[in-house]
Amino acid sequence: MSIDPVTLAVIKGRLEQIADEMDVTLFRAAFSPVIAEARDASHGIYEAGTGDTLIQGKEGLPIFVGVMSFAVKTGIAKAEADGGAEDGDLWIFNDPYAGGTHLSDFKIVRPYFRDGELFCWLSSVGHWHDVGGGVPGNYNPSATDCFQEGFVMPPVKLMDRGVIRQDIVSVLTANSRLPGSSYGDLMGQINSLDLGVRRMDDLLDDYGKDTVRDVFAELKERSSRQMRSLIGDLPDGTYSTEEFLDNDGIEDEPLKIALDLTIDGSTLTFDFSRSADACAGPMNISETTAIAATYVALKHVFRDVPANGGVLEPIAFVIPEGKILSAVAPRPVGGYTETILRLIDIVFSTFARVDPEIAPANGYGTINAVSINGRRPGEARPWVFFTFFGGGLGGHSDGDGLTHGNAAISMATIPPAEILEAALPIMFTQWAVRPDSAGPGMHRGGLGSIYEIELLEERGTGFVFAERGRFPPRGSAGGGDAALDVVSFERDDGWHIPAMTSKAVDIRLRKGNRIRIESPGGGGYGPAVQRDPAAVAEDVRLGFVSRENATAQYGVVLADDGTVDGTETQRARTSMEAGE
Amino acid sequence: MTGARTSIVGVDVGGTFTDIFWLDEATGECRVAKVPSTPDDQSRGFIEGVIAGAGDSGIPALANVVHGTTVGTNALLERKGAKTGLITTAGFRDVLEMRRRDRPEIWGLRGSYTPVISRDMRIEVEERVLADGTVRTAVDIDAVKAAARRLLDLGAEALAIMFVNSYANAENERAALEAVRAVWPNEHITVSSDILPELREFERASTTALNATLQPVIGRYLQNLETSLKSADFEGDILIVQSNGGVMSVDTAREVPVRTALSGPAAGVIAGAHIANAAGFPNIVTCDMGGTSFDVALVADGKSALAAQTSIDFGLVVRTPMIQITTIGAGGGSIAGVDRGGILQVGPESAGANPGPACYGQGNDRPTVTDANVLLGRINAARPIGGKIAALDLDAAARAIRQYVGEPLGLDDLDAAEAIIRVANSRMAGAIRLVSIERGHDPRKFTAMPFGGGGALHTGALVHEVGLAGALVPRFPGVTSAIGCVIADMRHDFVQTLNSLLDALDLSLLSREIDRLAAEGRERLAEAGVTLEKIEEIVELDMLYVGQTHTVATPIARDTRSADAIRAAFEQSYRRDYGRVLDGIPCRVMNLRVSVIGHRPSFDLSVLAPSAGASVEDAERPGRQVYVQGAWHDARVYDRLKLPVGAVILGPAILEQADATTFIDPGLAGRVDDYGNVIVEREK
Repeated sequence: MSIDPVTLAVIKGRLEQIADEMDVTLFRAAFSPVIAEARDASHGIYEAGTGDTLIQGKEGLPIFVGVMSFAVKTGIAKAEADGGAEDGDLWIFNDPYAGGTHLSDFKIVRPYFRDGELFCWLSSVGHWHDVGGGVPGNYNPSATDCFQEGFVMPPVKLMDRGVIRQDIVSVLTANSRLPGSSYGDLMGQINSLDLGVRRMDDLLDDYGKDTVRDVFAELKERSSRQMRSLIGDLPDGTYSTEEFLDNDGIEDEPLKIALDLTIDGSTLTFDFSRSADACAGPMNISETTAIAATYVALKHVFRDVPANGGVLEPIAFVIPEGKILSAVAPRPVGGYTETILRLIDIVFSTFARVDPEIAPANGYGTINAVSINGRRPGEARPWVFFTFFGGGLGGHSDGDGLTHGNAAISMATIPPAEILEAALPIMFTQWAVRPDSAGPGMHRGGLGSIYEIELLEERGTGFVFAERGRFPPRGSAGGGDAALDVVSFERDDGWHIPAMTSKAVDIRLRKGNRIRIESPGGGGYGPAVQRDPAAVAEDVRLGFVSRENATAQYGVVLADDGTVDGTETQRARTSMEAGE
Repeated sequence: MTGARTSIVGVDVGGTFTDIFWLDEATGECRVAKVPSTPDDQSRGFIEGVIAGAGDSGIPALANVVHGTTVGTNALLERKGAKTGLITTAGFRDVLEMRRRDRPEIWGLRGSYTPVISRDMRIEVEERVLADGTVRTAVDIDAVKAAARRLLDLGAEALAIMFVNSYANAENERAALEAVRAVWPNEHITVSSDILPELREFERASTTALNATLQPVIGRYLQNLETSLKSADFEGDILIVQSNGGVMSVDTAREVPVRTALSGPAAGVIAGAHIANAAGFPNIVTCDMGGTSFDVALVADGKSALAAQTSIDFGLVVRTPMIQITTIGAGGGSIAGVDRGGILQVGPESAGANPGPACYGQGNDRPTVTDANVLLGRINAARPIGGKIAALDLDAAARAIRQYVGEPLGLDDLDAAEAIIRVANSRMAGAIRLVSIERGHDPRKFTAMPFGGGGALHTGALVHEVGLAGALVPRFPGVTSAIGCVIADMRHDFVQTLNSLLDALDLSLLSREIDRLAAEGRERLAEAGVTLEKIEEIVELDMLYVGQTHTVATPIARDTRSADAIRAAFEQSYRRDYGRVLDGIPCRVMNLRVSVIGHRPSFDLSVLAPSAGASVEDAERPGRQVYVQGAWHDARVYDRLKLPVGAVILGPAILEQADATTFIDPGLAGRVDDYGNVIVEREK
């Protein structure tokens, strides 16, 4: 060890602060509500040679913790092709096959120089409001190639030794329905990276290159050591889980995702070979996204491991090319959030087989992206409503799951209904907890939600991109599954369910028509018959669980006044445990 | 009124101690006192403290009692608010339960939430207002009355009324309030458009619900205080410190108790600003180090910044202006340990006041920051602060540090203790950077002002690490918040959402709204009956470019009548916050904010100055050794309060007093100024 433990701890704290500050600066200046409110952005510091993650901001979207390193590697390759990186250069792209996620996410990478020498990379990613394609907001459930999802920007040099290339800026803004928003977010990301450069200058002024470089090496090494130690505590063996996505929005066929996890000493192998082949619709993800999603799941299971590239050192992946988890261009990838949420739940279910205490039961597992657009009389540009909705988190060894939480890949908060109503011709008729939606268990899941949106203009067109319409969030350690996601929409002739269950395109709405989302709760943890009957009675009193389900799922019989009927409950539970 | 009422007392009730600062404005005499808090009924400790502070002059001499309280905050944290009901818009019963779809921790997907109003106590009624203020459905008055009766039957003591979009039109909420008044047996009703007419339904619902649930609690507490004080012949006024650093009357506090959320910490910052200003340091960073946390606030040009909202706990959001205080889990009780990767961590886990640090010998065997300070000789093991424990156990501190830090890292006891201090200092330095550098302030222009029991032990290191100009240790670091109570002005903040494009803004309406809110503020000031020197009005607009979400606070002149002037003010504020303005994008005025400040007669700090006869010789106590940067040093030790004005103490040195310990690092020098503050700077 070449660096003293105290300096290490101090510089680590400073680096984390730099990344966090870049995050916060972009959130505040952003135009895209997905960045400003949902915090769908991230910043970090990456190794000069490899592009491996050294430090990642804690404020941004967790999924990017895994993805950004691949984006920087792409930037490094492009810089080499362009004749090498110079101080003040920036590269920008949204190509999902080179650096992960989907077309909405614009990545900017910037080399950081010290004394004329490349010292490390800084990077910024943010989810822009609209990047063209067939559906405003870019969640196109019927896309069959990426061109229908948005425009593709390959890695190009955006800034050349401090000078912005205005022609590139023009290309970026010309391809959006909301050019001002794209321009504002682009400037916000550049400003955040500028700030990162200034902060790195200060840090190196204080500690010098050699010390900070030693810290970089030490942090990676220690993370891998920590990860190996955690894996070493788990029993060796191979553990498997298979799950299905509803469909790809094009063909109504379930899509399999399978994991065979092998624990061997202090190493892990994630083998996804038995998963479905790449599909026609937008449920594909690239291999880098699959690895990044697995990383996010690992960070939830092993909470104390730092977010840097060292974590992945003792971990191997087997994902043959051409699978739904390793799609290549131009396969559509717009629904990547749904696929990675499922992948993360599968990792949780698999670790729960190893040791139920370390992983939560499945969460609601779908973002329920709803987009409605229309045109106000006399206005040239359309209005676009676009929001993700929430649901319940899984029960876990410490307690019940959280009601209306954000998804595992995200810290995104939901925009207030009042802000949406103030900006758009829509009105919420319901914004509520969904009774009986949680998976039963000793610790039940958190509850899902109901949102109902009414159109206030003459005409509008709706899109819904969701999952979990056929395969519910799973319980763990004997806990029960949660309710399915239910999407429905109203037209003048009444309510309808989409043909693809959880995905709908071109819903023609008239004034007064509504779209309704009922999201799943989280899966339960532990056998429901072991839940404290008084807690079940309380859930009934508060309307979270119906009396019928108290008996059917938990074996709890309530008297007319709502208190537990001890004798009948005893009888019901005994027969449930006997498997009757 | 019998004799002249010339005294004022500041009372800050904290978790462990109740701090008293008593000032006789006629004679300039002041006294400090620290008595144990009485968490079961804070008013007992309060009265004992006031009596202790009164000394010979007695309570009848008191004109004002100014109080920083944690009663409200504790009731919320412990979910001990009054049983409360909510009447709300059909379809929106669960807004409180659903929050903004968040979770307490980024990693792990664990944690839970209990709203302050349970679901069975939330009742929907038919009514709907649209975002533009149109009443789509008039409120069903019979349903409101039925809901209120039902909530009373269920045992509700307080009521919250919160309708969607009421910020745009409060008609339905007002009608509901009128209907409820006929049924409801008490005054404990909070209406969302009264307390926060600003868009964002969860934040408004949360602030409304928290206020309602606190009304009976704070009401009873203040009633007890008034009764006890009255029976001790108190005939003056009680004032309560608000989170915004201003004080309010007892009547206002009963009505909007949610404004006491950061009462005590805010008073500390107010005192810091005032003391430093008087001493000639308008730019300071206040550093309040207690047992579990380190609270930092920035005062630039004598003014502290205000934040729009805070969370008392996960999901308990209070949206009212409050002094911007950044808190990190690094206090004297913060626990040190080595993680699996071999990295030394300090906090956020804390041993708190009970069991406390290992050296307290009350059952905690893990090392804390205080244990490290004791082992390194910086804290006097024979004279612990506060007097609750007779002596500290040095061996227990050493054992804890050896087992959990020294052995895992291969360091001896002393180096391990120094490592703990360095990492703790580094975390505190991070918090200071967060509030200074990261908001565009140059730390070299700022002076640290440590207070609380432990702050002054660490400031030397913080000065070095952050590059601050120096430190100013106030005369009584341990009772700074109580002093702040005596200093604070009266203040009322108002907000009204306008949500209009600047180009479409009705400027005469704006002007009328400003007048309305300012008049309401002046009325409240008048009702309190407190002597004021002048009244100040501050007007700000929350503005943004069309398409953005976050707003920029834009101060405007009270009599602004032109859209161009407003745009120019916005661009100036935007440039200050972000560097570059955006051409060609229209801007929007989201909210109007009006603050009305009643300046109380200013408090002459020279009353705190050391007495004329003091001398350095008389102040000196037996010296002891302190361990700094790998070696033992002989440090002089002084009774801080006996040091004369102008005394210069070279580090390493330790200044002891009943409420705090100050450590002057080697290479630094401390100088006693005219007010009895110790200014610590690099040795010249």
